[in-house]
Amino acid sequence: MASTGASRGGAASPRPPQGRSSRQDKYSVLLPTYNERENLPLIVWLLVKSFSESAINYEIIIIDDGSPDGTREVAEQLEKIYGSDRILLRPREKKLGLGTAYIHGIKHATGNYVIIMDADLSHHPKFIPEFIRKQKEGNFDIVSGTRYKGNGGVYGWDLKRKIIRLYRKEVLQKLIEKCVSKGYVFQMEMIVRARQLNYTIGEVPISFVDRVYGESKLGGNEIVSFLKGLLTLFATT
Amino acid sequence: MQRKGGSRRGLPGADADLVSATFRGTMTKLTQWLWGLALLGSAWAALTMGALGLELPLPCREVLWPLPAYLLVSAGCYALGTVGYRVATFHDCEDAARELQSQILEARADLTRRGLHF
Repeated sequence: MASTGASRGGAASPRPPQGRSSRQDKYSVLLPTYNERENLPLIVWLLVKSFSESAINYEIIIIDDGSPDGTREVAEQLEKIYGSDRILLRPREKKLGLGTAYIHGIKHATGNYVIIMDADLSHHPKFIPEFIRKQKEGNFDIVSGTRYKGNGGVYGWDLKRKIIRLYRKEVLQKLIEKCVSKGYVFQMEMIVRARQLNYTIGEVPISFVDRVYGESKLGGNEIVSFLKGLLTLFATT
Repeated sequence: MQRKGGSRRGLPGADADLVSATFRGTMTKLTQWLWGLALLGSAWAALTMGALGLELPLPCREVLWPLPAYLLVSAGCYALGTVGYRVATFHDCEDAARELQSQILEARADLTRRGLHF
């Protein structure tokens, strides 16, 4: 939809090689957290590693909703280690929900692309350079991770709808405005709205690893909630 | 709701809006499906009850009459088949799990070195 090439006054800078992010691109990762004291340092370390290895300009915005387990303190330590230009702390006082966390996060994002993912290691940041490459290849507005195609897959039973996606910042802003659902149905609704607005969507196969495999149980509850969410979307969009 | 061009002029006002809404996709998916089902359902009913005064040949009517049941069962089989196939061919990523475990150890060591107190 939006044309990136034209708007980027390219006369001065050399064109980047096909599929690589150009010097002007910056990627903001939004990490809403709640009780992720153990996982947060690990996900940040993996993100920093992936971005640095591919020489990608990035920032990580941690939106903690007043976690009682000390997530915020750990986040502050990470900010000291990696610098406050790379780790941005934008906490809130209590659990206010995912949708508002994204709205809050976007306000502070200085990148032109936004990556949304979970802080609990359900998705490995090593896929992010592939998302970026895919986005450049197809000039997509949104790139979503899929476990069902290509090399995608799962280790451990997981029915929770964990989503990792790359958005152009303005596309994400527009979609958040339009969506009305709460919780994870909101994530599903974003894709429905994106198609209605004719945004282009690409997919990258990813693997999900359930770190606590062996402790998680296959719950019928998840199936029921998913179907309820699906029917709600069917009836309202 | 605006009317679509001249092609809808023949229909009374409300129906024209409904039709153009369906085709423009501003109806919800549910209403689109209900509309489609109502249309097909009434066509089937009209043909099987001979309401239009058409006398279809017997083989045609023999197929037409149970068609909704056939379609429902086929849809059910297709759904179950797809789910079964996808579950059976779903990739199991053991390598990814191993890699993650080793990187977690690496991360903890590196971060402790940099001063993080877990």
